[in-house]
Amino acid sequence: MTDNLLKIVNLDIALPDGSERELAVENLNIDLSPGETLCIVGESGSGKSLTARALMGLLPAPHVRVQQGSISFCGEDLTQASEPRMRQIRGSEISMIFQEPMTALNPVMTIGTQIDEVFRYHAEMSSKERRKRAIQLLEDVHLPDPKQIVAAYPHELSGGQRQRAMIAMALALEPKILIADEPTTALDVTTQAQILKLINEMQTMHKSGVLFITHDFGVVADIADRVAVMQYGRVVETGTVDKVLNAPEHPYTKALISSVPSLIPRASRPRSEEIVLSGQKIEKSFGGGKSLFGFGKPNRFVLAVKDVNLELRRGETLGVVGESGSGKSTLARCIIRLLDSNSGKIMLDGTDIGSLGRSDMRPFRAKIQMIFQDPFASLNPRIKVGQIISQGPIIQGEPKERAEARARELLEIVGLDERAFKRYPHEFSGGQRQRIGIARALALDPEILVADEPVSALDVSIQAQILKLLDEIREKMNLSMLFITHDLRVAAQVCDRLAVMRYGEIVETGATKDIFDSPKHSYTRDLLAAVPGQNWDRTTAV
Amino acid sequence: MTDFWKRFARNRQAVLGLIILFLVIFVASIANIIYPEDPFLYSKFPLSAPGENGFLLGSDSIGRDVASGISHGAKTSLLIGLIATLAAVFIGVIFGAFAGYYGGFVDDILMRVTEVFQTIPSFVFAILLVAIMKPSIESVVIAITVVSWPAVARLVRGEFLGLKNREFVQACHTLGMGDLRIMLAEILPNCLSPIIVIGSLMVATAILIESGLAFLGLGDPNVMSWGFIISDGRSMLRVAWWICTFPGIAILITVLAINLVGEGLNDALNPRLRERN
Repeated sequence: MTDNLLKIVNLDIALPDGSERELAVENLNIDLSPGETLCIVGESGSGKSLTARALMGLLPAPHVRVQQGSISFCGEDLTQASEPRMRQIRGSEISMIFQEPMTALNPVMTIGTQIDEVFRYHAEMSSKERRKRAIQLLEDVHLPDPKQIVAAYPHELSGGQRQRAMIAMALALEPKILIADEPTTALDVTTQAQILKLINEMQTMHKSGVLFITHDFGVVADIADRVAVMQYGRVVETGTVDKVLNAPEHPYTKALISSVPSLIPRASRPRSEEIVLSGQKIEKSFGGGKSLFGFGKPNRFVLAVKDVNLELRRGETLGVVGESGSGKSTLARCIIRLLDSNSGKIMLDGTDIGSLGRSDMRPFRAKIQMIFQDPFASLNPRIKVGQIISQGPIIQGEPKERAEARARELLEIVGLDERAFKRYPHEFSGGQRQRIGIARALALDPEILVADEPVSALDVSIQAQILKLLDEIREKMNLSMLFITHDLRVAAQVCDRLAVMRYGEIVETGATKDIFDSPKHSYTRDLLAAVPGQNWDRTTAV
Repeated sequence: MTDFWKRFARNRQAVLGLIILFLVIFVASIANIIYPEDPFLYSKFPLSAPGENGFLLGSDSIGRDVASGISHGAKTSLLIGLIATLAAVFIGVIFGAFAGYYGGFVDDILMRVTEVFQTIPSFVFAILLVAIMKPSIESVVIAITVVSWPAVARLVRGEFLGLKNREFVQACHTLGMGDLRIMLAEILPNCLSPIIVIGSLMVATAILIESGLAFLGLGDPNVMSWGFIISDGRSMLRVAWWICTFPGIAILITVLAINLVGEGLNDALNPRLRERN
């Protein structure tokens, strides 16, 4: 017997015929000891999630299956285990937490009932004991007022609380292995920091082995003992966290690590003092309306943006950072007039565009353009790329031939082949689609670009390319950019100045370097403290 | 396109439906060639059994050829089904698109109007309309259209509601595109698949309603149709079974074929739903 909790040897997982590649996971060798955290890092499609599912015996059969190799768990080969045996193991000896706690929890059952189920299936306990234990577990994961949370439904909790409840459930039977599949990706940074701390704490308490799947090197630096880097289904490098992060050997690992934006803000550039866009006392609220005949309760009223003042100077990038629900996207949509603000002024070229009607607004549309977050939703799947890009200038009155010629030029500028012109969006990858989105925004020769989380849906290596492209374009065309992001690493590398938003208000503005070096507002300090992998960053920077 | 056919052909029943449908269309289109004379023309041989006196499918109480009637009636049924469906889809898309896209007050008004039409049982409503307007081919088409557009409106509204907040539509707003163009050129092409599917199934329903109306004597008395033959022969069912049976079978297999094709279109256009089998 070895002292390994888990030993995966030569594991191959086959994909159905006609897939992109034959094997989702190829020749995988991994082991895990008690009390150890192994991080599996990789970009989307690297096979890291399927590995976790194979461990749990939850591969989407019959299409995806283990072709060869063994998964030995305390000496027992899980690939040979019967389904009843797997059911025993799942939840009690190996348990899992998922990325999206809202979909992983059953919305029509209380948290208490769902924890109770785990005990009912796996342990002999009276209902009183089970309830006591459930409350104890919720207390262990630091949920406030566990007695109330036992009776609460998932939708009554916040995202972070739900993830805590999931962790409580996963740890209910003190499993030997905890698999965490991107458990913090859907959470805000401050919540993420708390959850990571909690997982760590639980691990020391229960002495379990943790298999942590993530794409975020910051998280790896904070939590891992050892790291396995996956690419196209293969582990390209394994080693201690220190070795992999600070002295990577494989070129892919090196490339990945060098793509991670540094937390040290870039050198600030000389900037002009000319203000191209300014917002004065912008306010936007949602809801509060009534139904047609005035029956029923009025809708919930939310003040999403309150009293926001900002200035964008020519050639600079102003970052608006904040967590989800802070109103940063709403603010961007008010500025570009996708939403109508309730009050305040949005001054562009000496005109208050906030109060213009649709047809008066049209000439100003060309001056201010937007890049969207989701490259899959932001391009119309039924329209060819060439038309998507040339459409804008044609609407603004340019002749078709000229607009199309310009569209071809733009494709080259954003680094795509000219043949893309006649293709449909679905033929392109996420990164390429984002390039198409950028080309569309540039087609009108705007002065201002509003970028709403333009890289948050992309893998880290693609993210680096898109950020570089945006930087080049901004230099070349002397654009001013309003850059919305939740990622402080990205903000540090892209923005000249920052505005930090919380609950619809800007709590602090200033040069990026000043804010990173000496944050004034307590919330800014919290945000900066929560960014994962800071210590690693400091050491590599020296 | 070839991809589409491949997915369609994977559903064997749909292919069978398509073949039957083509046969029916073929019979309808050659009606004037194989039975050049008026299907209302009566002969000296009433109530001939199938095969007797040169009547392939027999003759009715005043000696009209049932086979000729079915062949000419196919044209009527298919045309009525098609025209009524096109009209219903047209109205439904307009209602649904405006309601879904503008939402709020416009949506409230348009949907309340739609609901008024939906509260009346559709066949009773169709009878009522034809009875008011005088039975004619136009009034039948109008009646079928009026009772079938609300389903399309509801569907299109749902699709528009889902699509109007997508980022590609927002991108069009930032380009300064007009509302009509966004609705027609950007959103509508993205909800064509469900519209085609519901449309194909509506053709089948329209044929059924038309036959039902003709059976009740509310069809156009000057136009041969399947329902008309059945209604004419129903009092003779026990002495001359063939008068009702053959047009009945014609309705059955045509409606079945169209439904199969509709299912096939659904599978081919919404490939993700196929996973269930």
